[in-house]
Amino acid sequence: MKTVAFAVLGLALVVASAAHALGSSAAGVEIKEFTFAPAALEIRQGTTVTWTNHDEETHTITSTTGAFGSGGLGNDETFAQTFSRRGTYEYFCALHPRMRATVVVK
Amino acid sequence: MDRVDRRGFLECMAWAGSALVWTSAGGVLSSRTVQQVEAADSPAAGFSFVQISDTHIGFKGQANGDAAATLRELIDRVNALRPAPAFVIHTGDQTHGQKPGAFDTVAELLKGVRTERVVYVPGEHDVFLDGGKEYLARYGKGTVGERGWQSFDYRGTHFVGLVNVLKYKGEGIGALGQDQIEWLEKDLAPLTSSTPVVVFAHIPLWAVYPQWGWVTEDGERALASLKRFGSVTVLNGHIHQVMTKVEGNVRFHTAMSTAFPQPAPGAAPAPGPMKIPEADARRMIGVAEVTFVPGGQPLAIVDSVLG
Repeated sequence: MKTVAFAVLGLALVVASAAHALGSSAAGVEIKEFTFAPAALEIRQGTTVTWTNHDEETHTITSTTGAFGSGGLGNDETFAQTFSRRGTYEYFCALHPRMRATVVVK
Repeated sequence: MDRVDRRGFLECMAWAGSALVWTSAGGVLSSRTVQQVEAADSPAAGFSFVQISDTHIGFKGQANGDAAATLRELIDRVNALRPAPAFVIHTGDQTHGQKPGAFDTVAELLKGVRTERVVYVPGEHDVFLDGGKEYLARYGKGTVGERGWQSFDYRGTHFVGLVNVLKYKGEGIGALGQDQIEWLEKDLAPLTSSTPVVVFAHIPLWAVYPQWGWVTEDGERALASLKRFGSVTVLNGHIHQVMTKVEGNVRFHTAMSTAFPQPAPGAAPAPGPMKIPEADARRMIGVAEVTFVPGGQPLAIVDSVLG
């Protein structure tokens, strides 16, 4: 019991100290004015990230390695991806390749 | 023969239609509004064609709830032209994000244009999902290596359609690529320098606003091979607004979209559809009609809008 309690406490500390969504099982990235926000999202393994496109222009979430890809996301459309492996995932918008961001899975 | 004087030009600006007519005669491009062409005699030894761009079928936003409807309206205007345009050039972004069925809608609507043929080059919206597979299956036939670029001659004018969206990666700018530039140089080589040349491609070949990706990274190389010609006209789309520039014998012109306007360079935090009422947007969307007229007058560019 004690060990479990410490583990939970440890996790809570991580959640409190990490930027953005670290420690939660769901996280979001907003696409607005041709920008991904946050540009660097830190999450823990198993987290599902949902991107929402607030622009009227179509955007994509396209991994630079081909690990994941959304296809065209219209206005108010979303795309979700679960990250089960640690690593740094770079992605961009295939229609506007200057739009770049990363997901860091810890 | 060229009926566009300054007054006429200004009148055109208020014309409630979105087509610009280009006419060629004697090798010099000129342009008039649809109205003026309707009123004019047949352009002796000249011809006209229409540039349609950025139809973005599938787009729905504040500025336009039905991009097919505005295109349809525009086609009706083009069909009222006398004489009819010899052909239509679509400078890309037929679809908005390759929405399913959008290519069919464009093809169906453009079948309704009274003209000999429609020539296409792709925009990034037409190819980004599948690397151009669907686009080239539809429009690659008869192009160089079925890769989408092409040239043809029409009554003494040489037309070149380039593809600068299929290497659309990296820093977010358009690119032609080595193969296409080499082909262009060979394509132009046999022509005399007095041959009028019209080059069209989706993304501007000149640096309109690199910060927004409104530039073709190797466009300068293509333009270098055009320098020796006495009359070069470069027609582009992509930026959904009219911009013109003259550099030596080269006249650059970008067309409006038939769907929605984009902000002027730097006038907003980002490019993209302007969020304005439809009534206002109608004054910022349109097409271009190009008319060649004899007499050696300088190219006049007139853009008229839908509403």
